[in-house]
Amino acid sequence: MWLFKSSVGRKVVMSVTGLFLILFLTFHALMNAVAVYSLEAYEAVCEFLGANWYALLGTAVLAAGFVIHIIYAFILTLQNRSARGADRYAVTKRPKSVEWASQNMFVLGLIVLCFLVLHLFQFWAKMQLPEITGGEVLGGEEALEAAFSQPWVCIVYLIGFCAIWFHITHGFWSAFQSIGVNNDKWIERWKCIGWWWATIVMLLFAVCAIALTCKFAFGCDCIGAC
Amino acid sequence: MENSISVKLKVWRQANPQAKGEFVTYELQDIPTDTSFLETLDILNEQLVERGEEPIAFDHDCREGICGMCSLYINGHPHGPATGATTCQLYMRRFKDGETITVEPWRSAAFPVIKDLMVDRNAFDKIQQAGGYVSFNTGGAQDANAIPISKVAADEAMDSASCIGCGACVAACKNGSAMLFVSAKVSQFALLPQGKAEAKKRVKAMLQKMDELGFGNCTNTGACAAECPKNIKLSNIARLNREYISAKCSD
Repeated sequence: MWLFKSSVGRKVVMSVTGLFLILFLTFHALMNAVAVYSLEAYEAVCEFLGANWYALLGTAVLAAGFVIHIIYAFILTLQNRSARGADRYAVTKRPKSVEWASQNMFVLGLIVLCFLVLHLFQFWAKMQLPEITGGEVLGGEEALEAAFSQPWVCIVYLIGFCAIWFHITHGFWSAFQSIGVNNDKWIERWKCIGWWWATIVMLLFAVCAIALTCKFAFGCDCIGAC
Repeated sequence: MENSISVKLKVWRQANPQAKGEFVTYELQDIPTDTSFLETLDILNEQLVERGEEPIAFDHDCREGICGMCSLYINGHPHGPATGATTCQLYMRRFKDGETITVEPWRSAAFPVIKDLMVDRNAFDKIQQAGGYVSFNTGGAQDANAIPISKVAADEAMDSASCIGCGACVAACKNGSAMLFVSAKVSQFALLPQGKAEAKKRVKAMLQKMDELGFGNCTNTGACAAECPKNIKLSNIARLNREYISAKCSD
């Protein structure tokens, strides 16, 4: 199968799973934004999703997207390192037009992966997982309070958001290049759209994390203020 | 008005493909700034021969930027710090007096070092042999305008065809990927009616050969296009991806 055996095929897999994850992050950010307006509404979103069949199916597809993207990242990185040869350059310079993020996608991805593990442990393992296994289920607000009552969580989350921002600023246009939907005109357009998309989505996440930390860690209630 | 500079050349020396290489630093006095980089290496080699030492092996041929023979990774850039130019078009006025210039061979698993700064770029020939040609007899010249070709397509095909196959794209790529080279060779035919007949067969064969030879996967950093002495554009890689995906989907 060319998707696994050819270099272009492997990049198509990275591209399609990456675009899917960007789409997921966009929905995730919008759902989080609900919590900044009203915790009651957020609770309703959590209940609506819960562990219904459609939420479980969605989770399974999403998990597959993450796993394939991550496994391929490891395979591609190993192949690319060996293609470079045993001897490394003594002096290397990054040309001006080459983004820093583009040459550090794997490292950025590792940071995102660490953040993802922490995030799943704080929320998914306390909300959807016990609903499946029949344990004690935390509500949306309770889970938020448990996580964001500790100020360090906010700092770790902001670091995670920065890593995702860098990852997407390259990943977005790169995904379109890999599936061949690009040319001299569109390359700058995709870069511009990707930059704004990443910035808006990550700002939404950051605003949520900061507002929830203000409320749960410092008692300064700004939920619903906007 | 001619100025002269003195430089230190830190050059990669490696006796043969199996030997362990190392950097050796040579001092050169009073090199006129109008000397080309390859002439500077010639001057150094003359001095080495006079001293009874082994001269430095490096690739060169036309010395006017069209043959694709010269290489060299100079101070972190393939073909040196000048953009849109090959090493033979690089002059010593690009460097400062007293500067140490690091000169390395292309480093890629698919381009093994033969000796010193010379690498084996036969892999590119093998990719070309896999499909980088039009295989049927085109006969006599067509009447003008019998097959209209847009100016845009003609220009793009011509730009893609300006690739000299020097391998700077592979040398610049952190993944040792040959995608810019292959995409230029695929594009120059894919854009023109003569190449369309075999387009699907060609792109599949060339890409398969590229993967077989141990080149890396493209991660769209764009270092290849930034360092290319012929300014081959990154959009060629998008076209290669498009051609390959549509060829595979129509199988």
